[in-house]
Order: sequence, then C-alpha cells, then structure tokens
Amino acid sequence: MGAPSSTLLPQFSLTPRIDQVGVEERAARFTTRSIKKEAKLNGLLLVLNMIDLTTLEGKDTAGKVKQLCYKAMHPHDAYPGLPGVAAICVYPSMVKVAKKAVDGSGIKIASVATAFPSGQAPRDVKIRDTKYAVNEGADEVDMVISRGKFHEGEYNYVFDEIAAIKEACGEARLKVILETGELGTLDKVRRASDIAMHAGADFIKTSTGKIQPAATMPVTLVMLEAIRDFYYKTGKMIGMKPAGGISKSKLAVHYLVMVKEVLGEDWLTNQWFRFGASSLANDVLMQIVKEKTGVYQSANYFSID
Amino acid sequence: MGKTLVNKSSLTISENGLEKPTSSKRLEVLKTYKIYIGGQFPRTESGRYYVPTNEAGKKLANVCLSSRKDFRNAVVAARGAVSGWSGRAAFNRSQILYRMAEMLEGRKAQFIDELIEQDNTKAKAEKEVNLAIDRLIYYAGWCDKFQQIFSSVNPVASSHFNFSVPEATGVVSIIAPQGDSLLGLVSVMAPVIAGGNTCVILASETKPLCSVTFSEVLHSSDLPGGVVNILTGKIQELASWFVDHMDVNATIYCEKDSNTQKSMREKSALNLKRIFFYDKVNWYSAAGQSPYFILDTQEIKTTWHPVENIASAGAGY
Amino acid sequence: MSVTKKKSRTNPKRENGKSNTIKLKFDTSWSYAPAPESKSAASIKPQYDLFINGEWQKPLSKKYFETFNPATEEKLSEVADAGSADVDKAVKAARNAYDNVWKKMVPKERAKYIFRIARMIQERARELAIIETLDGGKPIRESRDFDVPTAANHFFYYAGWADKLEYAFPNRKAVPLGVAGQIIPWNFPLLMAAWKIAPAIATGNTVVLKTAESTPLTALKLAEIIEESGLPPGVVNIITGAGETGAALVNHPGVDKIAFTGSTDVGKIIQRAIAGTHKKATLELGGKAANIIFDDAPIDQAVEGVINGIYFNQGHVCCAGSRLYVQESIAKEVIRKLKDRMSSLIVGDPMDKNTDIGAINSRSQLETIQKYLKIGREEGAEMYESGCPLPGKGYWCRPTLFTNVAQSNRIAQEEIFGPVLSVLTFRTDDEVIEKANNSPYGLSAGVWTDKGSKIFNMTRRMRAGVIWANTFNKFDPSSPFGGYKESGFGREGGLHGLAAYVTLENV
Repeated sequence: MGAPSSTLLPQFSLTPRIDQVGVEERAARFTTRSIKKEAKLNGLLLVLNMIDLTTLEGKDTAGKVKQLCYKAMHPHDAYPGLPGVAAICVYPSMVKVAKKAVDGSGIKIASVATAFPSGQAPRDVKIRDTKYAVNEGADEVDMVISRGKFHEGEYNYVFDEIAAIKEACGEARLKVILETGELGTLDKVRRASDIAMHAGADFIKTSTGKIQPAATMPVTLVMLEAIRDFYYKTGKMIGMKPAGGISKSKLAVHYLVMVKEVLGEDWLTNQWFRFGASSLANDVLMQIVKEKTGVYQSANYFSID
Repeated sequence: MGKTLVNKSSLTISENGLEKPTSSKRLEVLKTYKIYIGGQFPRTESGRYYVPTNEAGKKLANVCLSSRKDFRNAVVAARGAVSGWSGRAAFNRSQILYRMAEMLEGRKAQFIDELIEQDNTKAKAEKEVNLAIDRLIYYAGWCDKFQQIFSSVNPVASSHFNFSVPEATGVVSIIAPQGDSLLGLVSVMAPVIAGGNTCVILASETKPLCSVTFSEVLHSSDLPGGVVNILTGKIQELASWFVDHMDVNATIYCEKDSNTQKSMREKSALNLKRIFFYDKVNWYSAAGQSPYFILDTQEIKTTWHPVENIASAGAGY
Repeated sequence: MSVTKKKSRTNPKRENGKSNTIKLKFDTSWSYAPAPESKSAASIKPQYDLFINGEWQKPLSKKYFETFNPATEEKLSEVADAGSADVDKAVKAARNAYDNVWKKMVPKERAKYIFRIARMIQERARELAIIETLDGGKPIRESRDFDVPTAANHFFYYAGWADKLEYAFPNRKAVPLGVAGQIIPWNFPLLMAAWKIAPAIATGNTVVLKTAESTPLTALKLAEIIEESGLPPGVVNIITGAGETGAALVNHPGVDKIAFTGSTDVGKIIQRAIAGTHKKATLELGGKAANIIFDDAPIDQAVEGVINGIYFNQGHVCCAGSRLYVQESIAKEVIRKLKDRMSSLIVGDPMDKNTDIGAINSRSQLETIQKYLKIGREEGAEMYESGCPLPGKGYWCRPTLFTNVAQSNRIAQEEIFGPVLSVLTFRTDDEVIEKANNSPYGLSAGVWTDKGSKIFNMTRRMRAGVIWANTFNKFDPSSPFGGYKESGFGREGGLHGLAAYVTLENV
C-alpha cells in the first residue's frame, strides 16, 4: 500500500506522552503471572513458533546459514512434532542460500536491509539494498529507521523513507526497526512507532541486536500499546518483534503474557508476533523437554546452531 | 477614650443664641465599639449590646453582643478569604504581620489606656502591649520559615520523588483568652494567620475594648478583609456555634472550663474539626510563642511523583 | 505438534471509519493454568487466646468467635472475644510495662527489639502472606508483594527512630504518652498493625492493639513473633474482639492515646467518647478520592493507575481512587482503555498467584457493595462489569465501573469500599478542582498530566493529605499518610508519624 495521505497524519511531535516509571511498573506486573503446567508448555511451543532465528554477523558464510536453516526446520529431532521457528533472519547476501535451504518447510526468510544496522546510507542505496533482498527471495524485510534524522526532528524524512522502502518491498512484509536503545526515551519510542505504522510498516521491531539495551519489556509494552491505539484508530493490525536480549524461555513467556493482556488473542501467532533471537530457541527446547520428562536438562543434549 | 458612657455637659444659651459650653472643657467624642467582619465594622445584626464593667464597677462601653448569625456571617467572610490568603506568598504574609506590629506600635498609647481601663496597672499594660507587638514580629518572621522546619523530603524506596509540607487547614474559630485580652488574642491569632488560615475570634467577654481597637490595627495593616474577624459577646452563648459549624476546620479554646472543653470536643466530632485547648499556656512566658502553635492549624500534605531512571540508573530504560 | 490456530487472519472490518466496532479479544486460546500457593507453608491453630503481658491468656469472658475464609466460607480458627475485664487486664499489663520497663529502657536497646521484630517478619513472610490471604480474601500476590514486606519495612523504619527523637522535633523534647489503645481495620490487617505498633513502641509507648473482628489471624501471628523476639512482656498486647471490645478499650481510663483506623462514623463516635478526658487521638478514616486525568496525560499509564487505584485489594482501601474525573476530549478513549484493561483482570481464588481481585472481605461488605451497585443503576448511571467468571462459593464482586455519573449521585459521593469506579467528566482545570474538593473527605487524590506547572497547581489546590501525581496508591514507611477534613487527623508514617505518639516539652 502507499502511504496514507499526509493530511490524515497525526502531528508526530504530539504523540502520546509516556511515563517511564508507570510503564516499568506495568511491565513488572506481567512478570508476576505464574505460568505453570500446560499453560507453560503451550506457551513455550508458541514461543518456539514465533522465533526469527537470526544470524547477522560479518563472518556469516553459506555453510553457517545452511546449518541454521536445518536447525530451524528440525529444532530437536529427539522430540519429533515440535513446531518449527517462524523465520530465518539473515543479511541480504545470504537470502538465496537460506531460501533454498528451507524450501518447502513453510519457514519464512527475513532479510535485514537499508544499510543495517546503522542505516547511515543514502536513500537510493537503501532502496537498492531492499530490492536486492526481495529479488533474492526474502519474504520479509527488516529495515532500520534513520535515527539521526529522527533525533534532528526530521520526522517527515523518516516517514518518507519508510514509505519508500515499503514500496520497494512489493509483496514482502516490512518490519521497521526503531533501534530503541538509541532513541533515549520512551516518548521517542512511541513517536517512532507511530511514524512507522502510519508510513506503512507491517511490523515494528525494537532493535538490531547490535546496540545495548536491545529489547526490554517496558519498551515492548510501549510499542504494543502504540499498536493497540493504531488498531483502534485504523482497524489495521500491526505486528510486533522484540529483538535482542531475549535468551531465556521464562522471559519469553513474560513477553507472551504481555501480548495476551495488551492485544489479546489475535496477536498470539507468529503472523503478528515474533522474537528476534538466536540462543532463545535452545532454552525453549530444554524447557519443553523438561516439561515433558520432568527432568532438568543439559545443554549438551541440544544442538547449538 | 471609653472613659464613661455619659459625659455630663451643661449647656447654656448665649446672648447671640449660639450654644456655648459653660466651661472651656471640650466635649469628648466617644468611641463606638463595633465588631469586625469581612474587613468592615458592622454592629451586631441582632442590635443587642452588653455592658462590661471593670473591677471598680465602672461601665466600659456598650459592646456588641454578637449573635450566632454574626458568627455565621463571619465564617462566610473567613471562608471567602481562605484561598487568597493561603495562596499569598509567605513573604507577603510576613510583611503584613510586620505591618500590624508597626500599626500597633503607633497606637500604643491607646491600647495602654484601654488596658488600664480594664484593670491593669500602667506598668503591666505597657508590658502587655510591648509583648503583643513583639509577638507579631516573632510570627511575622515565622511566616516564611515554619514550612521549611516542618517539611520533609521522604526517601521512599521506589522511583518516586516524595515530599511533605504543612498547609493551612482553612477556617479556624477561636475563643480567645479572657484574661490577657490583648496579648492573648494576638498570641492565638498570629500563628493561625501566619500559617495561611483565616479565623473568627471571640474576644475577651469581660475585657473587650482593646480587642475591638485591635481590629482597627488589622484594618490598617493591608490585611485582606475576612482573614481575621473579631466578635464580641458571651462565650456561653456562642461557644457551641463556634465548634459545631460545618464549614469551620479547626477550633481553639483558651479557657479552662472543663464542661465547655468536654462539650466542645464532643461537638467537634460533627465534622471532625481539629480542636485545641490552650488553657495552660502562660502568654507572658517564652512558652507563649512557638512555631508549634503554627503547626497545630496546619495539615501535612504529601505529594508523590515518579522519577525516571532511578532504579535502573546507568542502564538506559 | 502444531500451535497453529484456526482463525481468520483478515483484518476486522471497519464501518464508515467508526473505531468503536473494533474489539480486542482477551478471552484467549492460551490461558493461565491454576497456580495456587500452598497452604502447607502456614500453620493456623484451631484456637487463639489473647496475647497479654507476653503470655497467651484465656479470655475472662470465656467467649470465642469464629473467623472465616471469605473465599470459601470455611472456618479457619476461633479466637478469643475479649471482654471489658480482658481489656482492663491488657491495659494494666501495658501500664506496668510502660512504668517499669519500656520508658526506662535505653532508646538504642528499644530500637534493637524493633529491628529484630522486622527481621522476623521477613523470615516468616511467606507464612504471613498465606494467612493474610486466607483470612481476609486478598490476592496472594498482594499479601506477598505488598502487605507483608511493607509491614516489615515499617518496623525497620521506626526502629531507627527510637534513639534519634531529639532530631525529630527542633527545640523540643519528645516524651512518650504512655499506653496507646489501637484499633485496626480488616482491609490491611498485618500492615495496619505494623503502622500502629512500630511508631508507638519506637517512641517509648506501650500498646494494646485490637484487631478487626473478621481478620484477627495475622496480628496473632505477629504476637507469636513478638513473643519469640523477647520483647519485654506487656509492651505489646494484642487482643481480639468486635466493636464492644474496641469501645471498652477507647473508654478505659488507663489509656492515654487512641489510634484508630476505620470508618468515619466510628471515628466520630470515638472522638465523642474521649471528650472530657486527657486522651489524645489520631483517626485515619474514610475517603472518596478524586483521580483526575487531563488530555495531555500519559494515558496508558494513567489507565493503569486508575485500575490500581480502584481495584487494588478489591477496592477495600480508604484512599482508593473511586471518583475518576476525565477531561471530556479523551473520555471515550479512556473508558475504552479501562474496559480493555478490566478484561485482563482475573477474579477468583485469592490463593492463586495469578488472581488480581480476590474475595470481598465479608458477606456484609458484599451486601453494602451490591446496595451501591443498585443505587448507581437507579440513579441512571450506566454500569459496566468485566465478564470474568466467578467461583461458586465465597463473596465476589467483578471489577465494575459506572459511566454517565453526576456529581450529585450517591455513588460519586459516598464511600463504597469495593471494586466500583465512578467515572465523571470535566472541561476545565477550575471546574475539576472544585468538583474534586467537593467532598467531606480529604484523604487522597490523584492527577495525571504531562505539564509540570499544572501538576503543582493541582497538587497545591487539592484538599487531601496524600496526592499522587502521575502515579497512584503508593505507600512507603518514610512517607506520611493521613487525611484532611472528615478523613481524620494525624499522620502515620514518616517523620510526621512520630508526632502522634509523643508530647513535646520545652527544653
């Protein structure tokens, strides 16, 4: 879709204010939910199915990516029947390799683009980067916003860039990375979320994973609430992807609780919620096996790709 | 002033027909002792009066015998003055109390005369007036300080900034000390208004002269109308109205009568007004003045607000 | 195995851009399994006597009464019903301890006893939380995370004051009052016991504390802790009973001070009863707090604050934010968000760790709440309650809100003491200040706005003892708590809470 007419756009400098302490208190409250027994097992299966299994390193090779893809399709063959992950997330140069490796599995290929992770490149380079990834077979594109322009108050620039990348994506779904660790306040997280959604994002995503802090529960809560408000305003569902820093299944389940209580049933699927993570999958698998066997697990029994 | 109720003056008709005093003595102008409500000097709405006498049996004046309706009107005036007075800068209240002291100093002689009329020796009268002036100065100085003494920033264990400050309770009804008619009245009134309250005071029943004259001091001190209202009349008749009015926030009673104290505390329960008995205070002693008197008619208000980034300082958000 | 769920992936339809046809579904396919706290971590005796003079004494009245779990209507235990002779015995024990032991004790030693009690509460926190929840019906999450830790913290805070009182009151010497008679309510049984006992004994007074009729057990557990702590006999006496026991305590000539938390009606009775005596009093009574949301507020946090403000502890909170004032321009949005948030509140077994709203404390309180729900509907207000299922047995009330409420409605004026919110709207700052202050109560208030100067304007003009700006229902031992107007007088907590238990002498 094209960008909505700018006359309908909100004043992004006037987006809702966020009180950080209140957000932290609310986020902490989700962690007091006690998730036991079948609720835990079902939650863990859901988490596994929501993972964007990620490798985004300078030293990535075709070999590494192929191994990761195998893991994505066969998380833990000792327990057949487990759901696969949602997607593989790689650099554009690895899209073709990954696409071929997961062929027929239903697992999506997500590619970062737009001069990931800094985004410090001219717009035409970013558009070419995006088109390249899509042409190579990416189902989803994870772009980064221009944080420098955002801090300069050039909200229209940021908006237009997202809209342009959305156009370049064609059929591919667009995830917009806000890199919340560089935005500085939750007010700005909310503002960036609103800009991204109005500009055509299919998903909003916290982080590249290259900056600390990456995803946190308070940041994710602010973004989920932005999605909720946007949904009430437009009727359009937007997906959410916290990325980076979620490596334990207990924390992932807290996120799931947050999604359930903020957005409800419709978002409890990998169509609308993802975890960007690399080491989370194995921890989830260990917990699933523990739930099924009643025995605490060792990492030695779970493949580390 | 107030020397006698009736001055005899024999008049004769002169040859040219004009009235002319038989002696060279000038006819004294007598003062009418009125009450003080809302910055004005009305007579009691009841039209009643009483005639207090001194120990020698001399009549002091025709003094207004205030009614419950006068009290009601005074409370309306006091209530209307609360937000303006409590909202003033403490510094400004301080200046006004200082101005009262200046005005009192300037009319010292009149107060000494009245106190002598009300059975004081000259020395004691002078002492009382001097102390009353000094007491106003004392509380003038406290206006912009007591809040600092009695406030606190509370180190709560969560990410919040939290502070407690004293704040005026509102309208205070005061039954002033009967004995030390000027010093007592000033000592009870000053801490109440220094803290931003407004008040209705029932002056000494038997020694009302300088209380009424004091209201003229108030009137010329830039004190907004209604902040202090002074009635004259009988405690027996008015005490229960002073304590059961639902729009009064606190009551101060300065006498020892235990039956009155008991019934006042009972009636205070009607709207849970704060009640204080200042019956053991020697207003001439050092204990007759203290910021703790100000604190009596203050409420402690505690305000909370979140503070970003305390719990996770250094860790972003 | 697959987690794919069968449902439509298409976006919901919009009718002519009307967003009110869009609804989120909180009844999700992934739900929480029961997560009950274990009762075995706590022991409740079948019968409790009175804790007088450091010993468990049979009541001279020879009477006992039962205490129930309001979530199951099952009997938990029976406790002594202290008669006037028992009260007399307790007051005499307290007097004896005051004259002969406590007032003479070196303050730093007094402090160490109180620190020790604080630590022992922490050590037995889990047991205390379980009993608090069983006896009172509040969610275990609240007793565990709020009531019990805050109670321990209160003892910690005041312990340290015991030997530092000369710093608390400039130019004055603080002298204890003697024997304090203390009467506490049923909504925060252990915490209120801590609020009362800690400052009293830190300042050198001794105590006779009467628990609420329906929630005696945690205070009796506290008595066990006090016994174990070695606190000298008679310094703290804990008795159980109903209103008559409380009246006997209030009227006992040997009591120097009454500290009461409860209803405004009873507070007034106490104030009348002690007229003509030397007894001092602090009264912490009812409230009908205004919680004000301006259009520039951080709305999602404000909504959360409103939810916590009214549904915390089933709304059995004297400072509950029961009157919500929303600026008209955002009223629809706020109400929608409130309703969404209410959908994720879980009502049910207080022992379940996921329960947000537990059982109403007693049948009579439930009847009171239901009476007000009826009044509200009859007054023409629109009632909305969340759709969560309720257990069969026990006393329950769904989180409820009323819209279309007028200032003159009884549900906007009277304290309901239940999970019932009245929503009113306003247009201007002056209007809302006037409405907020238009109440005989003045315990607490809340304001939500992003504008600093407005916060100070509002917090200064609101007539209440505790004002929460951009937050609500926060408590801390170092922070004074107490009301204006008919919400009572005196402060509990913090430096200012010391004043309630001392007289000041000139140095």
